[in-house]
Amino acid sequence: MSITFVLFLIIVAITLGITLWAATRTRTTLQFWAAGRTIKGWQNGLAIAGDYMSAASFLGIAGLIAFNGYDGFMYSVGWLVAYLTVLFLIAEPMRNTGKYTMADVLAFRMSPVPVRSAAAISTIAVSASYMMAQMIGAGSLIKVLLPDLDKTLSPYFQWSIFGTKLDPSITLVGVLMMVYVILGGMVATTWVQIVKAVLLMAGAILLSFLVLLYFNFNILAFFDKIYAVKDTATKLPFTSPGILYVYGKTTVWGIDKALLENVSLGMALILGTAGLPHILMRFFTVTNAKAARTSVAWAMGLIGSFYIMTTFLGFGAAALIGKANICARVVEGFKCAPGLKPNNNLSMPRLADFLGTHFFGTAGGEFLLAFITAVAFATILAVVAGLTLAAASAFSHDFYVNVIRTQIFKGEVSEREQVTVARITSALVGLLSIWLAAKTGATANVAALVAGVAFVIASSANLPAILFTLFWKRFNTWGAVACLVGGTVVTIWLVAVGPGWTLPAVAHPAFPLQNVGIVAIPVGFILAIVGTYIGDLAKADRLAEVKFHEIDVRAQTGVGAEVSPVPA
Amino acid sequence: MDAGKTPPGAPPPNDQVHWEGLEETPEFKELVRARWRFVAPATVFFLAYYFALPLSNGLFPNVMRTEIIGHINLAYFFALSQFIVAWVLAYFYIRQATRVFDPLAEKVRQRAGRGR
Repeated sequence: MSITFVLFLIIVAITLGITLWAATRTRTTLQFWAAGRTIKGWQNGLAIAGDYMSAASFLGIAGLIAFNGYDGFMYSVGWLVAYLTVLFLIAEPMRNTGKYTMADVLAFRMSPVPVRSAAAISTIAVSASYMMAQMIGAGSLIKVLLPDLDKTLSPYFQWSIFGTKLDPSITLVGVLMMVYVILGGMVATTWVQIVKAVLLMAGAILLSFLVLLYFNFNILAFFDKIYAVKDTATKLPFTSPGILYVYGKTTVWGIDKALLENVSLGMALILGTAGLPHILMRFFTVTNAKAARTSVAWAMGLIGSFYIMTTFLGFGAAALIGKANICARVVEGFKCAPGLKPNNNLSMPRLADFLGTHFFGTAGGEFLLAFITAVAFATILAVVAGLTLAAASAFSHDFYVNVIRTQIFKGEVSEREQVTVARITSALVGLLSIWLAAKTGATANVAALVAGVAFVIASSANLPAILFTLFWKRFNTWGAVACLVGGTVVTIWLVAVGPGWTLPAVAHPAFPLQNVGIVAIPVGFILAIVGTYIGDLAKADRLAEVKFHEIDVRAQTGVGAEVSPVPA
Repeated sequence: MDAGKTPPGAPPPNDQVHWEGLEETPEFKELVRARWRFVAPATVFFLAYYFALPLSNGLFPNVMRTEIIGHINLAYFFALSQFIVAWVLAYFYIRQATRVFDPLAEKVRQRAGRGR
């Protein structure tokens, strides 16, 4: 055990060393927020992959497949296809019209005070809910590495905040991560994401290779073994759809509930990516629209390859270990330690342990476990850094500098003041996500959580605002604020009254579906349209329509786009 | 890179007539038309193809459980085909953008440079 933890620390230390070295290369504001706008297409592609593939992809999807078979693979499919929305509609216009944040694009046409304030709300909501899942992932990893930590620390965690007791492992690792990200000067530089993306791909390729080696590269034998794994409730083989959400069991609004859940999930998966603030920010780092396009192509290649490998990772864990034996501590023969609940977020580490032991003996198992947990941890840390940057910039750049200090208390804002505000925001968002993580619990699947909250807010609040700003002439401030605030509020409300992801699920929730996108996303778009027409009637915002001509030309052609300091 | 601070760039004139004028140029109209001629059908196609997967899994689960090779079933092959379709569509978009959209956008940019 201790060997694993020491190895883990060494690997993490090396990663952080590279990170800090890269961070010292960041000096000016432009470099800080947009990496000097000199990043090449392929580098940015790796960085997008790094920013995008979080604990949800690395731990969550493998867990969903290991516990529910085929249905978990839907997350992999949706999260790749999502990039077509980004490529066709978002990437190039964003690069052509934006500066540092999503709200810069919106404020181009709209009245800056309301629209920046509203965008700050939705950005912080997306970041906090995304980060909540990362905290759960990191906490789960620590529970594997230091199984006694929860027990040791529990005397100090006998108090609760708003009725929720904090989880010791999640809180400890969460606070450490936030301290690192905040003091490290928001180290979400492009290089960190690149290093992490390479590590993540290496980890996935290694484990996939070992799974295939176990079956002597006989794919059919591999699928025979998966087929032999049967779901206890439905008796279906794990290769079959209909285990995560059972078809033909209950109906909602006269339609099969499982079908609604899957379609609703699909909507959030393929529309949400185009509204994620920390992904959109990546398009401001490249030299021009062509490089933005190239970077999406690179990202799609990497992300797609990784998601295809979840077949081996997730099904591998199901076939070789079995869901009943995936938990924080195992005893002889890869069985759960008595009294422990299975935790599907741990499928990847447990698979690493099993394969390492099988091929290289006990030390091999310890080493591979340390390697995969370290990669997962680096993954989480890099994503937390990216999310923190997005949330902090939304508050500090958009709200504090451009609303409070420019419009309300007029005056010059020093760089120092801006960074201080960014740090305080980061700390508060970090604490909020730790609390949410404790409320949800460490065994909730991190992929389902990210897709169920962060992606729905992104697609119901941010996506309509961005799409209509770029492509709809009549769109105005009222419509933008309506969908940014309304989409966020409706999503959070539906999730709060729905069955949720905390186990055991609520028996008779006020809203029947776990995935709320099928209602929340249309509501977001309708609010944008209705808000626009009401604004029109009020004749409040004539500038937005006038300015459309400018954003139209800029978005399509790149005339007057922010240029990179060096020739592209 | 030490060349930091706000990039100098060449901010175009913010004069309203200028933007609307550019919007009315044949090059710009052709660019917008060419872009939508590709993006609109491609978007409709990928959305339809994507949602066909959860819909057919939900409406015809037994058909989708049909095994094609060994225990690999139709549902898995359909899911795998989504990756291929996404990559192929991305490839065609990038080819079209390089061949058609970029030269048209360049023409508009040149006109903008001259027109000030």
